[in-house]
Amino acid sequence: MTAAVLAQLQIQDPNEGGASCVAENGFCPAWIADNFDRYLGPLGEHVFLTVVSVVIGFTIAMALALLAHRRRWLTGPIITTTGIMYAIPSVAAFFLLQPITGLGNQTAIVALVSYTLLIIFRNITDGLRNVPAEIVDAAKGQGLTDGQILRRVELPLAVPEIMAGLRIAFSTTVGLATLAVFAGGGGLGSEILTDRFFQSNVVVAGGLAVLLAAGFDLILLAVQKAITPWQRGVPA
Amino acid sequence: MPEPSHAVELEFRDVSKRYPGSEESVIEHLSFDVPAGEICVLVGPSGCGKTTAMRMVNRMIDITDGDILLGGESVKAKSAAELRRSIGYAIQQIGLFPHLTIADNIATVPKLLGWDKARTRDRVDELLELVSLDPAETRDRYPAQLSGGMRQRVGVARALAADPPLMLMDEPFGAIDPINRERLQNEFLRLQAEIRKTIVFVTHDIDEAIKMGDKVAVLKKGGVLAQYAAPAELLMAPADQFVEDFVGADRALKRLALQRVRDIDLWKAAVVQVGDPVDEARAKIADSDLPIPLLVDSERRPIGWLSEGAMRAERIRRDLRSPAEPLVELDDILRDALSDLLASETRYAPVIDSRGAVTGILSLEVISHVLHDHSLSTSVASNYDLMPAP
Repeated sequence: MTAAVLAQLQIQDPNEGGASCVAENGFCPAWIADNFDRYLGPLGEHVFLTVVSVVIGFTIAMALALLAHRRRWLTGPIITTTGIMYAIPSVAAFFLLQPITGLGNQTAIVALVSYTLLIIFRNITDGLRNVPAEIVDAAKGQGLTDGQILRRVELPLAVPEIMAGLRIAFSTTVGLATLAVFAGGGGLGSEILTDRFFQSNVVVAGGLAVLLAAGFDLILLAVQKAITPWQRGVPA
Repeated sequence: MPEPSHAVELEFRDVSKRYPGSEESVIEHLSFDVPAGEICVLVGPSGCGKTTAMRMVNRMIDITDGDILLGGESVKAKSAAELRRSIGYAIQQIGLFPHLTIADNIATVPKLLGWDKARTRDRVDELLELVSLDPAETRDRYPAQLSGGMRQRVGVARALAADPPLMLMDEPFGAIDPINRERLQNEFLRLQAEIRKTIVFVTHDIDEAIKMGDKVAVLKKGGVLAQYAAPAELLMAPADQFVEDFVGADRALKRLALQRVRDIDLWKAAVVQVGDPVDEARAKIADSDLPIPLLVDSERRPIGWLSEGAMRAERIRRDLRSPAEPLVELDDILRDALSDLLASETRYAPVIDSRGAVTGILSLEVISHVLHDHSLSTSVASNYDLMPAP
């Protein structure tokens, strides 16, 4: 207790205090300021892992959702399969994949993609399914083909739910990507693991991951607002 | 720019609908013609197949047997999507696209048909005006920002966008409150008098059917056509017990809704002015259908019913037994006129023309005579034919 209080007080001294703070394993702003640069690379890798995984996951999930939209019976099997993938403990997945895909980012990405599928697939299919029947009927009755109904009516109206799925997928993936280090991937996780008992290190690396998740969420929210002008000022 | 309005004849030719695995027909050998430019109302209790019959016209539902012809051409001749683009489609739930502006909603079919932007924009504005909406104010809004009645009008405008010769309307005013429904119905009848489309109109409400239809097709369970006739004929000569029950016990009263005061023979009034010789007035009374003289001003506008005392002197004095209320106008619907009489607890009322001058007397006896008389004849004017008599 006394040591901790001392450590806090010592932070006030930027020169000597820094080293002492590190020795005491405290929260050391001076050390963080000096060493912040080393987190930028891993942060970039983390962004890369997340974006690539969600984009691939979104592409696959969208293809599966469109398939299931035409052939309803496929919905069950797809949800079961992606559900099993989602249920595999993430650390286990990173290890399990290594014999097949080796060590590195590709293994991490395969695992991360597999976690996004269920979330995104469900949200796309829910979004498409929640388009009111009378709107589809009106579209059909005016002579839109099935493809035109999908592109011009169903997908645009499913945007809010699809975006909700993407936001969950991004937050989840940012979190899971901190474990990519177990698959030999980079990212903020490797920084955490390098010095996982040093408080300042863990706080910075972890904090950046949290900020990253929040950043993605805000960007997606802004995008959603921009592409759904019809929802503005309208009660849900 | 507006293209010449056109309409086509619609012909149901022995049309049946059965669903696979079901013995019972939904539609059974349905045959009738709708002349170009007329409103045909399909009416019947739920489960009578009226919506199914309508949806077979634009092939939202496939025809099992028989054929439907549009201007002599089978609806099966074109692809379903192409056919539907040439048929206006309005449904009770409206089904506007919430993510598109009103202008884009209305432009749905023109866009599918590849109209250029300028033509589409002009057409959208023209249609918004046609359905009594302000283009500048409405065009760029989203459906959720409009009231139910406005959305319904946009739905009609959208159905009319590419000037289709035929319109299908499935309970288009069903979800609107009674006051606005009445208004939209009247508006639509005025609109139809202008555009003269062939229209198939589905409703479960016999009053709406009688009001809207040039022809009414009454369907019963299993999609069997019980009667196909003009509204007046339906009320005067129901084909069977089912139709009689369906049009209701008050069908005599409903018939009154189809006629205007000007269509019937009124009583002759004894019309007098202050200062007229009493002898002259007594002669008029003898010649009229009502023994009570009506005092009018110099423009023949009714002032009131004269009392006995007014005729005691040599000249008519202004001495009223009661004011001339209610006043009935020549263009009033008989049902409304009767309602006025009943509300005023009187047996007769002066009828005035558009200038306010007396043209006759409407009485309960006259109305009762009309009901009796017309149950034998079928010469009743079309309900929305507002053309003045020649």
